[in-house]
Amino acid sequence: MKNHAQLSQEFNANEPRVNWHDETLWWVRQKRDKAANTLPEWEQLREAASSIKYHTLSNLNDYLQQFEANAEQNGVTVHWAADAKEHNEIVHRILAAEGVNRIVKSKSMLTEECHLNPYLAEKGIDVIDTDLGERIVQLADEPPSHIVLPCIHKKKEEIGELFHEHLGTAKGEADPQVLTAAARVHLREKFLTRRAAITGVNFAIAETGEFVVCTNEGNADMGAHLADVHIACMGIEKLIPQRRHLSIYLRLLARSATGQPVTTYSSHFRRPRAGQQMHIVLVDNGRSTQLGREEFRNSLKCIRCGACMNTCPVYRRSGGHSYHTAIAGPIGAILAPNLDMKQYADLPFASTLCGSCSNVCPVKIDIHDQLYKWRQVLMKDGQGGAAKGLSMKAMNFTLSSPGVYRTAGKAGRWFLRNVPFVVNNPLNPWYKQRDMPEAPKQSFGEWYQQNRKK
Amino acid sequence: MRVGLFIPCYVDQFYPNAGIATLQLLEKLGVEVVYPANQTCCGQPMANSGFEHLTEGCNRLFVDQFAGFDYIVSPSGSCVLHVKDHLHLHDREQEAEQVRTKVYEITAFLTDILQVTALPGRFPHKVGLHQSCHGQRGLHLSAMSELVAPKFSKPLQLLNMVEGIELIPLKREDECCGFGGTFCVTEEAVSVKMGKDRVSDHLENGAQFITGTDMSCLMHMEGILRRRNSQVKVMHITEILNAGS
Repeated sequence: MKNHAQLSQEFNANEPRVNWHDETLWWVRQKRDKAANTLPEWEQLREAASSIKYHTLSNLNDYLQQFEANAEQNGVTVHWAADAKEHNEIVHRILAAEGVNRIVKSKSMLTEECHLNPYLAEKGIDVIDTDLGERIVQLADEPPSHIVLPCIHKKKEEIGELFHEHLGTAKGEADPQVLTAAARVHLREKFLTRRAAITGVNFAIAETGEFVVCTNEGNADMGAHLADVHIACMGIEKLIPQRRHLSIYLRLLARSATGQPVTTYSSHFRRPRAGQQMHIVLVDNGRSTQLGREEFRNSLKCIRCGACMNTCPVYRRSGGHSYHTAIAGPIGAILAPNLDMKQYADLPFASTLCGSCSNVCPVKIDIHDQLYKWRQVLMKDGQGGAAKGLSMKAMNFTLSSPGVYRTAGKAGRWFLRNVPFVVNNPLNPWYKQRDMPEAPKQSFGEWYQQNRKK
Repeated sequence: MRVGLFIPCYVDQFYPNAGIATLQLLEKLGVEVVYPANQTCCGQPMANSGFEHLTEGCNRLFVDQFAGFDYIVSPSGSCVLHVKDHLHLHDREQEAEQVRTKVYEITAFLTDILQVTALPGRFPHKVGLHQSCHGQRGLHLSAMSELVAPKFSKPLQLLNMVEGIELIPLKREDECCGFGGTFCVTEEAVSVKMGKDRVSDHLENGAQFITGTDMSCLMHMEGILRRRNSQVKVMHITEILNAGS
């Protein structure tokens, strides 16, 4: 299993591509800045959004029960899943009961997190992702690289190649409008013929028992409105107490994600239409564990806008797949270790702790502070390995004793000046693409002794 | 006013001129400055690597050296931020707290405590300012492009007092350079790419010098500049504020 550093080294083998990836996402970040700056009350909105989520998380059990009761009253069947496995089984059970083996699914990072597609495929159920970006990565047999822009790592020429292969467009066709039109025809046929639709949930409202799905393509609505069975999958943290709170999140979500004032479609689902079945699967999958970790609780405020990814200088230059988890980027790096500390021990280190992620976060998650805190938890837990532990102990020994520090510093500088190949070699990752600093004869301390100490 | 001069370990060993400029600048401004001889490192390299639990020795040494001063001043936003956020000492927490509140990054000390309005320096060159993240976002040395908030910059305020200086604009005003402490070696590929991009922004806008409040970011960019045989030099902000006077 390759870690983030190895995967991003591979990504960086093609520098023009890294430049393109970086500039594309930076452009989205700038659109976000412009949109945020149109609202003088932006920082107050962030504060309000953060407070409401904090309140909700502090009373999550009550709000979940309120939501369940109201949803059931509206005629929706509510299911509870403790983990990914249960979630997948519930979805399969609903589909199997109706004898459905071909479905459409609109965007849901939760189903990615639970690996629903491969699970259903094994059970003989065909899933078509209907979000254009997701459909593209599905054709390429890849996971999304970004939670809002799933195929942002692909160039239009590569998409043209995929469409030529799978959807029969002309070879070499790379005009986005032509390709989108082809996808539209292809997806229309699926919407019209498939009896069950899965959607994600952006917000669920406890007081009404309704849920809201935000898309720019209207694909969730197409799927859900045409299907006999609508299954909505949501993480339990998606809850907000009241309908009036929604306005705050809808104003923040699209502006943070893409710089739009609001998503093109923000659809409310409250009750099934006559003859339709509507199910909601409420999924924990580690969320209550994270809720119990006081230092990491705030991460559950996340509304999945992706702003932290677009602003992250590391994400932009390493690509989403380098994070080897469903939710990439800074937010993924604080969510993933909660699920598996061993497998994701590298992710909190895939950051310079520059703090930009915390500043763009519309719900004010202290992302970079949590990255720092995860590092402490992971290393204490022994996830750093013995060699790292030993080198840190040696560093501690040197730095805790002024005499040893001064001697080591002097020796180090002497070596750099007189036998530079000791460090100027391929074993030194600093030296690979950077020169070492010049070592002065005198440290500041030595200069001070000579020039200021009488 | 007695000020304890905190010179971070890598500045002490590799960039003594940044330390000397800081000391001379403070002396010129009439401050009594003392450099406690037994200081080593704030412990940040261990803490950011996830070994904050090994920093007690550094913390104890730091409190021993600096607890008695009115202020502690350092030419490094990153190290100051570490001390402010993470320096604790279970048996001497009161002293540790005093250290945390009295420690200042040099440009913030000049603008906020000394409230300087004029500097003697002269530096007739084109200069690009690299805003180091820990100083900017951590210590709020300047406004941040992500926030909807009034613009200000303590380092720029000071640089503008220097005679003859020409400050160049940047395409991305506050993007990270990719140094990131041990990140620069553990994530070598991304770190270098970030550094190259940061350096390019300065070069494309005509900088002759790249300056900043953190020598560590500058060291990283210097390594990249030298590998390219570039004539552009890095210089700590205190060396410019103290230049030619």
